Amino acid sequence: MDQIFAILNATVSEAIAPATAGVAIAVIGLNLHFGFTGLLNIGQAGFMLLGAYGMAISVVQGVPMFFAVLIGLGLAILFATILGAPTLKLRGDYLAIVTISAAEIIRYVGRLAQFEKCEWSWCKKGTDFTGGSQGITSSTFTTPFKSISFFGDGAWTLSPFNYTSLGGSTAVRVLGLLVFLALVVGTVFFVRARRAAAARSWTDRLVVAVLVVLSVATLLFVFPQTMSRTQTDGWWVRAVAWTLVAVSTIVVLLLVRSPWGRLLRGIREDEEAMRSLGKNVFAVKMQALIIGGLFGALGGMVYVLASSVQADSLGRQITFFAYTALLIGGAASIFGPVLGTVIFYSARILIREAARTYVPNSILSDNQAQAFSFVVVGVILMLIVIFRPQGILGNKRELRFHV
Amino acid sequence: MSESATITSGGGLADPAARRSLMADVDRTPGSAKPDAILSVDTITRQFGGVTAVNVEHLEVQRGIITALIGPNGAGKTTFFNLITGFDKPTSAGKGARWSFNGKELGRTSASSVAKSGMVRTFQLTKSLNRMTVMDNMMLGAQGQSGERLTASMFRPLWRGQEGQVSEKALGLLERFKLLEKKDDYAGSLSGGQRKLLEMARALMTDPTMIMLDEPMAGVNPALTQSLLGHVQSLRDDGMTVLFVEHDMHVVRHISDWVVVMAEGRVVAEGPADTVMSDPAVVDAYLGAHHDTDLGDDALLEDDSLEREAAAEEHQREEEGQ
Ligand SMILES: Nc1ncnc2c1ncn2[C@@H]1O[C@H](COP(=O)(O)OP(=O)(O)OP(=O)(O)O)[C@@H](O)[C@H]1O
Ligand SMILES: [Mg+2]
Repeated sequence: MDQIFAILNATVSEAIAPATAGVAIAVIGLNLHFGFTGLLNIGQAGFMLLGAYGMAISVVQGVPMFFAVLIGLGLAILFATILGAPTLKLRGDYLAIVTISAAEIIRYVGRLAQFEKCEWSWCKKGTDFTGGSQGITSSTFTTPFKSISFFGDGAWTLSPFNYTSLGGSTAVRVLGLLVFLALVVGTVFFVRARRAAAARSWTDRLVVAVLVVLSVATLLFVFPQTMSRTQTDGWWVRAVAWTLVAVSTIVVLLLVRSPWGRLLRGIREDEEAMRSLGKNVFAVKMQALIIGGLFGALGGMVYVLASSVQADSLGRQITFFAYTALLIGGAASIFGPVLGTVIFYSARILIREAARTYVPNSILSDNQAQAFSFVVVGVILMLIVIFRPQGILGNKRELRFHV
Repeated sequence: MSESATITSGGGLADPAARRSLMADVDRTPGSAKPDAILSVDTITRQFGGVTAVNVEHLEVQRGIITALIGPNGAGKTTFFNLITGFDKPTSAGKGARWSFNGKELGRTSASSVAKSGMVRTFQLTKSLNRMTVMDNMMLGAQGQSGERLTASMFRPLWRGQEGQVSEKALGLLERFKLLEKKDDYAGSLSGGQRKLLEMARALMTDPTMIMLDEPMAGVNPALTQSLLGHVQSLRDDGMTVLFVEHDMHVVRHISDWVVVMAEGRVVAEGPADTVMSDPAVVDAYLGAHHDTDLGDDALLEDDSLEREAAAEEHQREEEGQ
């Protein structure tokens, strides 16, 4: 039993990790590109890396945190403009080719030894620039971020009210786990029943929100997480990261429910028809590319806050993870990106830890277990695409009229 | 001469007599000048490899009336539409190609700007936005929506009022086009004819000065065709210019005030519907052996009548050859 709890604990810990939140924000941006506008951006990791470098290097060079973030976002705007200008007038495939290559170029440039240390007059000589293949360690650029924390010092446990408060017996934990499962199943059934009904009301939404909050609370009751309040990889980073996820979701919600969002979907369906209605397709696609890219850059900044800015950790792999997460959650849905990312990352850890614990090292070493988790995730993705192509939250009705 | 009609109908030419007298003095030759041309086209050619799809020397389209563009399959009508609405570039671009709409040169204008300037077209192969609702399709047609600006889009109060007006207009048009019950369905679930209707209604959402319809009634049932023709006529009466491609001669004769005939990329004849059919150029290029039959005549659909006509022509040719 303890083994199972240890595995699940690692899973929960991964689900709320800052890196998961960072990818979630990038997937929200990708959803704007791919899900709503139909732009095939295979270089979201490039946007993330650019945002991360922009912020981290600026901070190391002494730029205040706020402006450092703006610099990271500005780079994303520049990147999107440069990539979009020549390709958005052409067929969609060109954007795909250009984005994946450009993202790779950024990664390789970031790894170059020539840029490892600052050796120019316009920056502080001898400081880390990109840090080469080692990257920029978080301790060199997160000090200003930690200094604005109001969480205080020491460690803290979430949730403060947990199974140990009730005696800490295994029975309480198992019971809590069952309650969690019941809540999840209840949420699923409630959402399904309400989907069948025509209009969704505010009370329905409230019920779903309450159910989700209760599920998360139960999970943290069974698997309380103890971390430092402000130090690297502590609660402060997590709070900021998940707040940004919430803000990003709301921004996208407002955008896609507006007439502007209607333009995006129209462009996804048929650009020529949109032109015949007097819409400036190129401009709208460019706006979508930039905004999705901004979310990518923001996600990249969040991603590196608890670890380090290292070019290879934001390579092609992350882009493909992002697409997987998007497809799991459901493209062109509002909460799909976040749900998909959380499920993707925690499922991976769950599989990896389970393989490490139960499969003897002689059969599957720790490294192989890591690789094995990717294989399983890949199989899950295939199954989802075959049996539930709209993802968890996507709209099945929409899929019927695939063009 | 159209002055009095203009005044009484608020910008339109509602009085048939006024339209007839307006077009009475116009030459019945290809490329003739019109009293008040809204669209004027010069030396437009479009080649696809060796095929010359369009080769128009000069063409003017009169403002405020319904002009039909007819011609056999492959005559270049759709290509001509594509060229003047900016969806295709003429081969003769820079070599004398010139066309203007409402006094504005369009040679370098993008398709979306052409639509914005008031010339809106529909497609022969319908372009419905399948994974969007019928209502959303309609809403996209409206021009000048402030909520379509990125900066305003996130603030609902800035566009809520306009959104309401636009949706009211959309509902009105959907009712007219018998699509009201379908408003919350996905456009991809509509039948072929319903998509034609949706596309036409969507084009009308833009409040065009001139609407260009590519075979609007193809696949629409006769009763609805009747009512839509009435609608098109009332649009004309309100001052809209209509240019439409149609193969059904009944429709052409019924509503068009002027007919332009294309064949093999050229404009071969122009004139009122009742006289243009007997133009020898049309007979030659388009009507072939059937020149003295009514193209809307049901008898034409019977096999032996066609054969008889063909035989008659063959016979005539032989005689000429001797
Ligand atoms: N994209 C293209 N590539 C090559 N040839 C083309 C292309 N588009 C049109 N054509 C050719 O140009 C000619 C005119 O075609 P168009 O579609 O304009 O005819 P149309 O008058 O609209 O005919 P219909 O009444 O059948 O719709 C045809 O011979 C066609 O084969
Ligand atoms: Mg055609």
